[in-house]
Amino acid sequence: MNLEAVSAATELPPAPGIFAPAMSLAKRELVRFFRQRSRVTSALLQPIVIFLFFGSALNGSFKPPTGTELHFREYLFPGTIAMIVMFTAIFSTISIIEDRREGFLQSVLVAPAPRLSMVLGKLLGGTALAFIQAIIFLLAGYFFILPMTPMALLESIGVMSLMAFALSGLGFMIAWRMDSTQGFHAIMMLFLMPMLFLSGAFFPDDGVPVWLSWIMKLNPLTYGVAALRQCMYGEKTFVFLPDFKLSMAITILFAVAAVAGSVAVSGSRTTGDLQ
Amino acid sequence: MQSTPLVSVENLSHKYGERLALDNLSFTAGAGEIFGLLGPNGGGKTTTFRILSTLIRPTSGKVTMFGFDLLAQPREIQRRIGVVFQSPSLDKKLTAYENLFHQGCLYGLSGAKLKERIGYLLDRVKLADRANEYVEAFSGGMRRRVELAKGLLHGPKLLLLDEPSTGLDPGARRDLWQYLRELASTEGVTSLLTTHYMEEAAQCSRIAILNAGKLVAMGPPDELRATIGGDVITIQSSQPAELQKNIAAQFGLNAELVEGTLRVETERGHEWVAKLGGAFPGAIDAMTISKPTLDDVFIKKTGHKFWVERETANDAKDKKKKGGR
Repeated sequence: MNLEAVSAATELPPAPGIFAPAMSLAKRELVRFFRQRSRVTSALLQPIVIFLFFGSALNGSFKPPTGTELHFREYLFPGTIAMIVMFTAIFSTISIIEDRREGFLQSVLVAPAPRLSMVLGKLLGGTALAFIQAIIFLLAGYFFILPMTPMALLESIGVMSLMAFALSGLGFMIAWRMDSTQGFHAIMMLFLMPMLFLSGAFFPDDGVPVWLSWIMKLNPLTYGVAALRQCMYGEKTFVFLPDFKLSMAITILFAVAAVAGSVAVSGSRTTGDLQ
Repeated sequence: MQSTPLVSVENLSHKYGERLALDNLSFTAGAGEIFGLLGPNGGGKTTTFRILSTLIRPTSGKVTMFGFDLLAQPREIQRRIGVVFQSPSLDKKLTAYENLFHQGCLYGLSGAKLKERIGYLLDRVKLADRANEYVEAFSGGMRRRVELAKGLLHGPKLLLLDEPSTGLDPGARRDLWQYLRELASTEGVTSLLTTHYMEEAAQCSRIAILNAGKLVAMGPPDELRATIGGDVITIQSSQPAELQKNIAAQFGLNAELVEGTLRVETERGHEWVAKLGGAFPGAIDAMTISKPTLDDVFIKKTGHKFWVERETANDAKDKKKKGGR
């Protein structure tokens, strides 16, 4: 290679678009994930462990929702998928805090790539990680727990990905202003765990106190879980669940709001490090 | 060629909360210059770097680079500047090549052009054979070289460097400076850097000395040194205040007392050393004579020594050695 020729040809590169930087950031999240073996192992084992423990422990106290004869493991399965998606997507955004502490973020912030592409890169990275973990469990369930039509499987994958995207955005908004991963975990326990438990993932809203059922109705995750459930069961007319179209609409709205919120939040703190 | 300077900073001020970190700074830098912002920690140079690199928005003032306004068109500026941070900005879990590839994507480079640039720069910073190793495994000096390659990847005509020689051994420091000079002379790349090393500042084509957020002096290092007449005599004494009086009384010579050390600026320094040594043999512990350095410029302008926080024992030792020059 003629080095002189290369060095002379340094005209200004075109302004970066939204897509290429976002893809590069998302790819980085995946590469980092697969290079940390302990993360890969726990990602594969965690859902199985939780499904087995929850399924065995809560089996006796489960009452099928009104008008159905669902077994507990059938009820629990979509909820476990929702849980995997939520934990993986939201925890993936911890990388923002790490990137800030390790200094990597500062070079992203001074780059000409649009802020939206940084947000999309992080969100798509989180979505992909959640997708990978959830799909393994989903396929296992497809064969052993909850047989589905291929169409139902595809629909479930679609809803699951949408939820992962929206939840990554929620994680982004929390992580952006955090200085420490400890702070993030605190928020996770205080705010996100109730959000998961009050989403209908593990128990239906039949028989809960009225105030609690209102919280469940106001929880955006409830609608994602409901949509996922209806796709998986292949039946979209359960009386104990909100309407499918409404569920989809709210989940899409949740995703759009998460992106908009993340872009807005990411404009508010621009220092790339913690000083 | 341009009528407007490459970098123009006018009345720039910045507050962190209530603390005024930068107070009404103005300067310009032209194409092909190596412009240094010299000052002790807390002097305002890193704040200036952060503003120019678009990390923070200034409280007030106007900055233009390449004719673009920093506040109005930051993207246009970001495309054209290369930024090298003092703190690491590499992803340690990625290889050097992957780090640069990712950087290229953020700057609009792609495909064959990007690969070519990565190859060229890794070669330039002498890491071509380590391209596919994780940055995690690199030494501090090697990481700094990847950082430099990262900043230069998109071929910027203006390079902003924050304390670029921190963590580099003397050899690597020399290489860096040679490279910056080469970039300036062959490609017309302007470097704007911050430093707290006097002899690094002495290599710049022009410097601005900052203290407590204010500009205290600006110009080519030689010119700044020339503002101090003749020689500088430094006297160590156990009773400096008394000696100061005696020197004034006997010779009519003005000795400044700067933090326990007496300084005399005068022509024909060597003659005065002999005279002073003869007159006060008991009161003088040590006496040195030197040509004025940027240190002396700083002391003259601020009335105190160039005080730098001791970051590491090594750094402090470094400074002492240099101080004696």
